[in-house]
Parts: sequence; C-alpha cells; structure tokens
Amino acid sequence: MVTAQPELTENSTVREHVLDNGLRVLVQEVHTAPLATVWCWYRVGSKDERPGLTGVSHWVEHMNFKGSTNIPRDKVKGIIEQYGGYWNGYTWIDQTTYTETATRDALDRMLFIEAERMSSCLYDPADCESERTVIISELQGGENDPDQLLDQELTATAFRLHPYRHPTIGWLSDLQTMTRDDLYGHYRRFYVPNNATLVIVGDVDRDDVLRAVDGHFGGIESREIGPRFHPVEPEQLGERRVTIAKEGTTAYLKIGFHGPSLTDPDFFPLLVLDAALTGAKGINLWASFRTPPPQRSTRLYQALVNSGLASAVSGGVVPTQQPFLYTISATVTEGIELARVEHAAVHAIDRVRAEGITEDELVKAKNQLRARLVFENDSITNIAHQLGYFETIASWRRYPTVAQQIAAVTLEQVAAVAAARFASSNRTIGWFAPSASHTPAGGAVSDGRAR
Amino acid sequence: MTPPDAGPVAAGLQIRGLSPTREVLANGVTILSKQTTTTPAVTLHASLLVAGSTSDPASLAGLAHFVSRTIDRGTTRLSADEIAEELDGRGVSLSVSVGRHALSLIATCLSEDFDAILSLLAEIVTTPTFPAVEVDRRRGEIVTMIRQDEDNPAAVATDGLMAMLYGKSHPYGRPIRGTVDIVEGIDRAALQRFHAEHIAPDAMTLAIVGDVEPGRTLDVASRALGHWTGMRIEKPTWPPLPGAFGRRTRTIPMMNKSQTDIAYGFTSIARSDPAYYAYSLMNNILGQYSLGGRLGDSIRERQGMAYYVSSALDANVIPGPLMIRAGVNPSNVERAVQSIDAELTALLASGPTAEEVVESKQYLIGSMPRTLETNAGIASFLQTIERFDLGLDYDVRMPGLLRAVSRDEVHEAAKRALDPSKAAIVVAGPYDGPLT
Repeated sequence: MVTAQPELTENSTVREHVLDNGLRVLVQEVHTAPLATVWCWYRVGSKDERPGLTGVSHWVEHMNFKGSTNIPRDKVKGIIEQYGGYWNGYTWIDQTTYTETATRDALDRMLFIEAERMSSCLYDPADCESERTVIISELQGGENDPDQLLDQELTATAFRLHPYRHPTIGWLSDLQTMTRDDLYGHYRRFYVPNNATLVIVGDVDRDDVLRAVDGHFGGIESREIGPRFHPVEPEQLGERRVTIAKEGTTAYLKIGFHGPSLTDPDFFPLLVLDAALTGAKGINLWASFRTPPPQRSTRLYQALVNSGLASAVSGGVVPTQQPFLYTISATVTEGIELARVEHAAVHAIDRVRAEGITEDELVKAKNQLRARLVFENDSITNIAHQLGYFETIASWRRYPTVAQQIAAVTLEQVAAVAAARFASSNRTIGWFAPSASHTPAGGAVSDGRAR
Repeated sequence: MTPPDAGPVAAGLQIRGLSPTREVLANGVTILSKQTTTTPAVTLHASLLVAGSTSDPASLAGLAHFVSRTIDRGTTRLSADEIAEELDGRGVSLSVSVGRHALSLIATCLSEDFDAILSLLAEIVTTPTFPAVEVDRRRGEIVTMIRQDEDNPAAVATDGLMAMLYGKSHPYGRPIRGTVDIVEGIDRAALQRFHAEHIAPDAMTLAIVGDVEPGRTLDVASRALGHWTGMRIEKPTWPPLPGAFGRRTRTIPMMNKSQTDIAYGFTSIARSDPAYYAYSLMNNILGQYSLGGRLGDSIRERQGMAYYVSSALDANVIPGPLMIRAGVNPSNVERAVQSIDAELTALLASGPTAEEVVESKQYLIGSMPRTLETNAGIASFLQTIERFDLGLDYDVRMPGLLRAVSRDEVHEAAKRALDPSKAAIVVAGPYDGPLT
C-alpha cells in the first residue's frame, strides 16, 4: 500500500511517498514534452566494497541488464526502444542507478523493468563470465587515457583507509578473481526497496504514477542490509605525491585536497571558491560534462592556460555522502616542464589561501552558479537525476535549497574554506610524466600483413 | 514484450510539430527560431556553413580548426579578456567547434542575457582580429591537443581510417587539427584570410531556441547582424571520391597502451541520396539499436570482447564514412575483426529480418520527442534541416519517410555498403600482430 506523505517543498512540485516496504518514491509532473523519465537509485557504490571485491557494485550494475524472471535474456532489448526510448545506468562511489527516458506511454514498462531489476535478475553463470571480459575491456579502455589513470592513482594515494580510495571499476586482480556468488550476494544484499529511491518525472499524472508504482513494487519485500563499514579517513598530516612515469606524449598534473561532504558547511563555500578558480560547473554529474564551464577569467585559467603553461585546466567539486576530494587538473603544454606548472598552480592556490577571493569574484561565481542551475535542469532526465542523487547521498529536500545556499555564501566563508582546505598538508600532488622514448604513433606503422 | 500493434508513439505527437520560424535577413543571414518556455534560458547556435576543415587549403590542414580556437579571442572592439569577462560574468560558455563542413558557435544563456550574448556572438563572427599574442598562446594548446591525439588509440585509428578511405588528396583524408609542423607555420594572416574567404552573411545560419518572444528574436538578430556585409561565398566543389578498392588493412602499434581500437569502414552516401533512410535503418540495425545493434549483440553481449562497439553513418554534404568502432583487448583483435566481417556478411547476404526493420523504425521515429526536448537539441535539429534543406516540417515528415522504406531497400543498402572484401581497417594500440 502507498502511504501518503504529501509534504511539499518550497517549489511545491515534488511529491514524496514511501511504500510499506520502504521504497521511497518521488514524483514531479513536468508537462513541457510528451515524455517521462524513471530513475531507480540504490544506496550502494564502490565505498561499500571490501578489498577483494572492488568493482563488484559496477559489475552488478552490468549484470542487472541481463534478464530477470519475467524478462528473458533475449527480450531485454526492445522494451524501451519501441517507445523511442533511451536507457542506461551508472555506478559511482556512493550510488548505483538506472534510468529510462521515453514517450510517456512507456511509463508502465519502465516501472516494470525497474521492479524486475530490484527483485529477480538472473545472474546466469555464463553471462557473469562473459561480462568479466567486457568490464576488463572497460578498465583497459580507461587506462588508455593518462588523465584517467592519474586520477585513479591520485585518489588511491590521497586516501589511506576510506574505501573512496579504490576505483569504481575495481582493481584488475579483483575483477579477475571475483565469482558469480560474490556478484549475486552483493546484488541480493543491496537491491531491496528499503535501500532504493524511485524517481519519476515528466508528462504524467501523480496519482496514476503512484498507483502503478504500488502495483509493480508493492509486493517486493524489504530486508535488513546489515552494517556497512565506512571508516573515517584519518587526517592527512603532510603532502603526498605520486608520479606515473610511462610512455606517452603529454604530461598531466593533478592536485587533490580532502574536501567536504555535501552536508558539511564547507561545501557551498568550496563550490563558490572552485568557480572563482576554474569556472562553475554546476552540481549535476549527469549534465555538467556536456558543456565546458565559463572559465576564461578565472584565476587558474589565467595563471596556467593564458600564461601558456597548460592547454587546459579544470576543477571538480562533486556532492558526495562522505568527504571526498576537490581536485584541480591541468594538461601541460607541449615543451613545458611539469614542475613549472605545479609551481604556478600552487602559487595561485597559496595566494587564494592567504587572501581569499574578491567581492567581484564572489558576484561572478554566484552568477555563474545561478545560470548553471538553470541550464542543468533543462530536461526531465536531468531534473529527476538531481532528486534521486540528492536523496541517495543525503536528502532530496536539500536540492531545492541549493540556490539559496549558494546565494548565502560570504567572502569570509570562502576565505576560511580556502585557508583550511588548501593547506599543503592536506594535498596530494600527482604527475603523469611521459617518458621520452615514445615514438609518435604516426611514425611506427606496419602495413598490416604478418611480420 | 512484443511491440503493441498500434505503435507506441503517442497519438498527436507528430501532428503538432515543431513549426519553427525561418527568416533571411537582407544580407543573407538565415535566422531559425523557436520559442520554448521550459527554462528561462536561450540557446544560440550559429553555423558557418563553408568554414569547416574541408575549406582548408591542401597545404594548411588544420587552418579552420585554428580559426575555431582563436575567433573568439578578440574583436575590433573587445580584447580577449573583455570577451571572457562578458561571458563568465553571465555564466555563459561559448563553444566553438569545427567539423568537416561547418564552423559552429554555440552558447546557452539566461533569457535576461539574450540581447547581450547575441550581440557578442555577432561581434565575434563578424569582426574577429586574431591578436598575435592570442594566436601564439592558442598554438601551444593546439600542438598539445595534436600530441594528445597521437597518444590516443581511438583518435589514431579513426584518423588513420579517414586517411585510408579518402586519401591525402581529398579533404576528408586530412586530419581536422592538422599536424604539428603545419600548425607551427600558421600565422595571423592565414587566419584572417580564412575568415575573409569563408565566413560571410550568406553562409551563416543562426538558430535561436528558448524563452524569447518570436518578434523580439528577429529584432535583436537584425540589429546584431543586419549591417554585416561580406563577399558572396561560392558553393564549394569537391574532388571526386577515390575509386573502388579491395580490402585494405593497417596496424599502428602503440605498445604503451592497454586496449586496442579498431576502426573499420567504408565510404557511404550523401545525405541527399534517396537511399538515405534505408541506410539510416541499415546502420541502426547493424550497430546502433539498443546496445550496438547486431555488432553489439555479437561482440559485446555474446562474446564479451568489448565494452564499446557500434557503427556510425555520416551521410553528409558529400558521402561521408560508415564507420564501425570497437575497443578490444589486443589478444582479441583478430577475432573481433572476423566477427565484424561475419556480421556484415550475414546482413548483406540475407538482409535484416522484418522484425528488425519494424523495431528500428519504431525506435528512430519514437526518439524524435527526446531529440526535441531541450533547447540545444532543437537548435542542432534546426541546423540539420537547414544544412540539408529538409524543410521546416521535417519533424512531422520524418516518420513517414522512414515508414516508407521496405525491408528490401534496407537489404539493398547493406549490399551496396557493407562488403567486407572492400573494407578499410585500421587497428591502433598494443598490437603488432597480423591483420587480414
């Protein structure tokens, strides 16, 4: 049965219901296009994995597209496609989530798929084996990108204890040894209604949606998940460094600082500070990568890119459940020493640490963030993503307050966050230093016949 | 789970239609607009239709790309820093990109900033100055990008395939970003000359989509762009496509990498070819539908060899490539290429099943409302219909065009396009073994 809890937020458009089995349902009507989107979120990500099973959450995500009791393996594809729809899923440190967006008349099928996924995926042993090599291929594709490789090593160096230290895709040795039972056990433990949030946004009627949700999910039983092991990362006492020396053409620099979780009072001041340093990205992981941030007048763009030291710079603050990293990344211009780029970046960071930002920078950062919040909510898929994301790491009720919290950030708060977080003892510096022996790809070519 | 008979696209979706507005200013600039009220924002999407890399002089591959990296770094009135302030202060990022045929400038702004951002965009397009100091700064960035591409197996494989398919004497065969040597030699004068010769009012289309009243759109656009004069731009002529070849393969070892990229392809057809819709369905069935079509089924789902495998059809102003891409472990290169061969052979021998044709039609037709959900999506769609002269009612007509295609026509497209004995194949990555 559906338990009505019609508590309205400031914008009065999101309706929340919790089923008896603990499934939290968020519905928002948006009637601008004849579409509907569903996101089903689970509070399980790579931080819930122990050594030996790193990557299990992501692998489980892959397995959950491979048939269920009522969706035979060869009928998975086509259910959403026949409505012109798009489906996908992703796994990260705090969450695993699945989505479909299609014409509104696909809503019942989307809910059906998500209910099946929650309750009865197959985990055929042959499919588990076949997917092992797909995932290793995904890992190796990532390793082809030096920037991604450096990010993985930097994170593993910055964290000693907290499971945020291992990559979401997992370590290769774990991917080679994990078993079907490991996968299935993880699935059965975490894929329960009391660990999930279901978000529906679009050209739908709220009452119809809730009736349909009850029909599809009401019969799924809740189950205790058991204790999670999330040790507190000890305070970092001194700068850490990691250098990857590998063949390549281009050098990369990353500087990571232990940052605040979403619910830490430092979060929004850091968001503003990042906008002043590298330009505002907004806070929608699903949307923000689509357009580059406005950044040409920012401190680090001026110091690194306009000075000719780097060809690109970026900064990343992402809302997370527990304290993660704030990372600054730069691609070193051909012919420039990595050390020079590091020096210039650290100089700019130390300056903001000592002086904070200016009133003009504060105004500009807030303008940027205000605009990005509009841009990143331009589709029902993006709107629904944010509700589910916030609910999974904290509470969806925080989302409507984001604009206010950004507007309320003061110069003093930004300065305090810079002073505290940008201490050298809190940072990890990563280099990707390409070795000189590299032969440019164009120069080493065979004609394709056996040699 | 069988498709319902009536077809799932909600009745009425296609009837209403997008109904955009099209106006041509006296100087030839085409303005396409559509008001939406989903968010208080506007997307501006300008296309300069003969300023793509195919307009690079043969000896200056990368010139159009260099223009795209510098055109917004100074105008007769504003310095690079002043432009940056204007954009950053309003939270706007201007993306300038270049393809084979067009140079595009895309920006999304709040509705309240529409007038200012359109004026700025017009100024950037019409009066760029390419300051020498900016040209030198951006040169360093471009050289770094080219060096990154050289270390990226996916980029190496696709550039290698384009060179193999089109040859160095065809503009499609040359890398869009050029080479380090060429880029080192491009100066301010070359950029100015490219601008003078390829960027003019009659070759500009501006799509404006968002929360602005239709009347105001044209007023503001006329004020920003109406005064612009420029020479008429001749329609470009294209060198003939290279003649028919047998199967060609090339291996580019990059032993410092983990995964090997395969680029496997053919030249296809122009967008204006009557067989376009049959090709589009054929491509969807081969390497798009659901998770990579038949190729995805075989190489990812059944054999577990790749995280990504798909095909892409670029039916363009001239026949672009039909390109299959996959990333595989080096030990699977031969097996993956054989699997691609097998899927192509099966499709050209027996054609698609009737069910596949129905499913792909439903998918492509049904995805239109998603394509047109956002301002950015509508703006790109408007640019496509203008570039290929598809008509302002194309969103309403497109379902009928697809429905009219028969299974035999899709089969015919496969026979024309997919003969493995004529394929060009480039493999880049930690692989130096055989390739046949």
